Amino acid sequence: MIKLRLDPSSGVATYLQLVHQVKHALRLGVLMPGDRLPTIKEVVSDLAINPNTVAKAYRELEHEGLVVGRPGLGTFVQRSLGGGSTADHTRLCRDLARWVHDCREAGLDQGDMEALFASVLADSAQEGIA
Amino acid sequence: MTADRTVRMFGGSGELTAPEQSPTALEAIGLAKRYRGTWALRDCTMSVPAGRVIALVGPNGAGKSTFLHLVAGLITPTRGSVRVFGEPVGQRAEALARVAFLAQDKPLYDSFTVAEMLRFGHHLNPGWDDALARQRLAELDIPLNRKVGKLSGGQQAQVALTIAVAKQPDLLVMDEPLANLDPVARHDVMRSLMAAVAETQMTVVLSSHVVSDLTNACDWLVVLNRGQVQISGEVDELLATHRMLSGPAELADGVAARMPMISDSRSERQADLLARTGPGTPLLDPRWKASSVSLEELVLAYLRRPDTTSLPHPTLTISDR
Repeated sequence: MIKLRLDPSSGVATYLQLVHQVKHALRLGVLMPGDRLPTIKEVVSDLAINPNTVAKAYRELEHEGLVVGRPGLGTFVQRSLGGGSTADHTRLCRDLARWVHDCREAGLDQGDMEALFASVLADSAQEGIA
Repeated sequence: MTADRTVRMFGGSGELTAPEQSPTALEAIGLAKRYRGTWALRDCTMSVPAGRVIALVGPNGAGKSTFLHLVAGLITPTRGSVRVFGEPVGQRAEALARVAFLAQDKPLYDSFTVAEMLRFGHHLNPGWDDALARQRLAELDIPLNRKVGKLSGGQQAQVALTIAVAKQPDLLVMDEPLANLDPVARHDVMRSLMAAVAETQMTVVLSSHVVSDLTNACDWLVVLNRGQVQISGEVDELLATHRMLSGPAELADGVAARMPMISDSRSERQADLLARTGPGTPLLDPRWKASSVSLEELVLAYLRRPDTTSLPHPTLTISDR
């Protein structure tokens, strides 16, 4: 079961933070179809937040078809997120690790890499539009 | 005079036909209380749906305690009326049983053991759930045979909260429940309060003058200032309809003329305006930057400008005198 957390300084609405965390866990495979999300009571007695906030986050995830609520049982993961097969993920992860290694060799630090990656990502999105 | 108009606005029966789907938990109309020569509360009108956790915020002396005592039926109003779940407060014993009140000076007897405190609560409250009370205290590791006076401040707050919850109220009213608690105890009390809300769906009103304690726990905000309601609304909606606008000072007057300004701070070149922009992003000159504000910033800005209000529409019409 995943543990949800909050970042009070993020400026992102609390329910969205919860939505993002569940999606992130789905992308990374930390959460798999059939897994149960923590109950609303478990989340609020952990984070001291309003139960309606958690309900809103779960409703949003349910609306997107990612989870399904089963009355009396809990909220369960319906499908995972992220395109590509596991084999693709492994291969791409290896390629990226090699890229990171090359960057370090060339003297780039983490901030440089992040900026570079974001800029390439933005360019490729631009090409997609054009 | 205002009270008369208010009553007409809401219909002669005093029934508010709110657009919200959930029933009204709390409704005050022209509520006022005078102690000798001083008005502790003046013309307070609001309506809050059921199932909410309501933060009652305001500076010291704003009338928070007076308002909560009126809601709990512990004092009677000088003018106006207050209803809980549609019923006027303080007329039937059954209606009072639906409300639990937790006073600021935790109403516990130091010489009682925790178990004796529970027996006392059981004796006074017909709807008492003893199993629930014992289970909560066991989860919190609070020994039943310990004298209340020997417990820590946080544990005393938890015992008081347990007694209030075991009464199984539909409305729990708490006056400064977090005052005099250290940060860990505050968080713990809030955690167990939120768990109780998740289990019971009760409505909670709690007062505090520390907004940051309440930010994530409360979904409805009421700001009292100088004995009047300055803000009443859903927290998410309040945050979505206010923006901090930063831009060139020479354009500030034009922007300020277009929407209500809550705060306005200008230097020679730059202006920072906290505006009620309404839903959606306002269309502005690209030199302006609109950023979201925290609940604390919002409350502070309003408190500094007692003449501004953010109230639901029917009330806005009334106060527009």
